[in-house]
Amino acid sequence: MTLVPKGTWVEIEKIVLTPEQRASVLPDETRKVPYVLRVSGFLLESGELGKEVSVKTIIGRNLSGTLKVVNPSFSHGFGKTIPELLTIGTDKEEH
Amino acid sequence: MSRDISYEAVMARKNEIMKSSMQLDYEDFILSPIAFDYERMMTATGYTIEDIIRIQQDTKVGNTPLYELKNFTKAVRAISPKGKGARIFVKDEAANASGSFKARRASISAYDAVKKGYQGMIAATSGNYGAAVASQAAQRRLKCIIVQELYDSRGVGQPEIIEKARACEAYGAEVLKLTVGPELFYMLLKTLEETGFFNASLYTPFGIRGVESLGFEIAQQCRHLIGREPDAVVITNAGGGNLTGTARGLRAANVKATRIIACSVDLTGLHMASDRDFNLKSFTTGHTGFGIPFSTWPDRVDVPRNAARPLRYMDEYHLVTQGEVFYITELLTKIEGLERGPAGNISLTAAVSMAREMDEDQVIVVQETEYTGAGKHHNSQLSFARDNGIEIRRGDPADDRPGRTIIIPDHLAQVRSKQQDIDHLRKSYLGNAAAKYPVSNWSEKDVSFLAQDINKTVGWVQSNLPK
Repeated sequence: MTLVPKGTWVEIEKIVLTPEQRASVLPDETRKVPYVLRVSGFLLESGELGKEVSVKTIIGRNLSGTLKVVNPSFSHGFGKTIPELLTIGTDKEEH
Repeated sequence: MSRDISYEAVMARKNEIMKSSMQLDYEDFILSPIAFDYERMMTATGYTIEDIIRIQQDTKVGNTPLYELKNFTKAVRAISPKGKGARIFVKDEAANASGSFKARRASISAYDAVKKGYQGMIAATSGNYGAAVASQAAQRRLKCIIVQELYDSRGVGQPEIIEKARACEAYGAEVLKLTVGPELFYMLLKTLEETGFFNASLYTPFGIRGVESLGFEIAQQCRHLIGREPDAVVITNAGGGNLTGTARGLRAANVKATRIIACSVDLTGLHMASDRDFNLKSFTTGHTGFGIPFSTWPDRVDVPRNAARPLRYMDEYHLVTQGEVFYITELLTKIEGLERGPAGNISLTAAVSMAREMDEDQVIVVQETEYTGAGKHHNSQLSFARDNGIEIRRGDPADDRPGRTIIIPDHLAQVRSKQQDIDHLRKSYLGNAAAKYPVSNWSEKDVSFLAQDINKTVGWVQSNLPK
C-alpha cells in the first residue's frame, strides 16, 4: 500500500449515523442506508487509502474519517448534447 | 463530560443552539404554539430598507439590471388574441456576486454575524444559497461551512448540486457533503455547536429582509423605465423567502396594486427524502416538493419561526412542467441572447404563459435569473436525466410525468402554466395549524394571526375552521 504524504489534499468519508441511529420518519429505501459525510482537507499525517486519517479543512478545522480520494476533483460538465434542444428558437422551427 | 451527540440528544438541544447561534430569542415574539408577532420579529433585525441597500452595496449585491425581453413579448403576441400579450421584463439577478438573488439573502446575515462578533457562519442548503453565503463570508472575512445534501447512497450526485458544492469550495468554504436525508438539520445543529459560528439560516428575519431590496428595486426601475408600477411580478416559490422578501420590498416602495404570482415546477409524486427519487428530479429547487409544504406550513424549518410566509403575500400560484422550463431556457438563450440557469427561469416560464392572457399595455416582471455553467446548464440536467432512464422527447407538456418523462414543448403555444386553487392551500394551512395546536385551543389572537398569515379575514378563517 502506498503512503499518501502528509499535507496532500484528500477527501475523507465518515458514517455520521448508522441505519439504526437515523431519524425515525424516513422512506424505506433511505432508512436502510447509513447517513454518510464526505469532506475535503489537507492530510495531517501520512496515511493509507481506506484507513482512518485526520485532515485540516480549508477553514482550519480538524476532522477525521476514512481516506477515500486523493486530490478530489470536480468533473461535472454539460453532458451529452440533447438534440431535442438544438432547433428551439432557430429558423428550423416556429416558436 | 463530553456532550451527547446522538441524533435525539442534539435535536433536543435545538432551541439553545439556535439562540446562541443567532443571538435572536424567538421567545420574545411567540404568542402560542402557532401564533407569533411577525412584524415585530422582522423589525427586530434593526435594519431599515435603506440600511439593507447600503450593506448590500458594500458586498456587490443589488442594483441588478431590469431588461425588457422584446423578442419574447413579440413571440407571445404572435400566438395571442389581438390586443393581448403583456410586455415581459426580467430582473437579471445573475449579476449579483455569486450569481443569484440568494446573495441578497446571505448579505445581511454576514453583516450581522460580523457585528455580533462571530468568527464564521454556517448554512444548510443544496441551493444557490450556499455559494451566496460563501461569497458574502469571503468578503466579510468570515469562515464558512456549508452543510449540503449532495449524494444518494451510491455516491451519485445531481450535476446541479455538484456544481453548487464546487462553487462553495471556490469561494473558500468547507463543504460537508452528505447523503440524502432530513438529518441535514441534525448535522447543522451539531456543527453550530462544535464551532460556535453564526447560523445563516435561509429563514431568519435577516435572510428575508435582505430580499426586500429586490422588490424595492423593481418598483423604482419600473417607475423609471415605463413610468409606472408593474401589473404583475412572477416569483419562483420553494421555501417562500423569495416571494415574501420581494413582496415586502414592493410594499416598502408603496406598490399596492401589483399582483404577486408564485410559480413552481410540478414534481408531484417524487418524495423529497427518498434516496431513489433524489436523482430523478431535474430541478433541485423551485419545485412543488418545497413550494407546497412550505406554503401550507412555513414553520417546518431550521429556526423556531419562519420569516418566509408566502401565503401572506401571494395572489396566485401557478405550476409549470420541467420540460416547459427547459424549452423557455433554450428560447431565452436563442432569441434574447441570455444564457441563464433553468431554475432561475421557472418564473419566466409562467410569465410567458400569463402574458398571453394580459393586455398589450400591461407589464409583467420576472424577478430573477441565475448563473449557468457546467452542471447547472439545462443540457447537463437533461443529459443526466436521460442517463438515469428518464424519457425525453418533444411533444405536448401535458404528457409530462415527473420522474418518468420530460416533454419539451414543440411550440411556445403549448407552454401553459396551471393555476392552483389558492383557497385550497389556505385550507390546507389551517389544517396543518390545527394538527399543531387543536382548534379548540385557538384564541382570538391565534385566529387573527392565521387570518393575516393566509391573507384572509378573520371571518373567512372562522367559516373555514378545520373539522
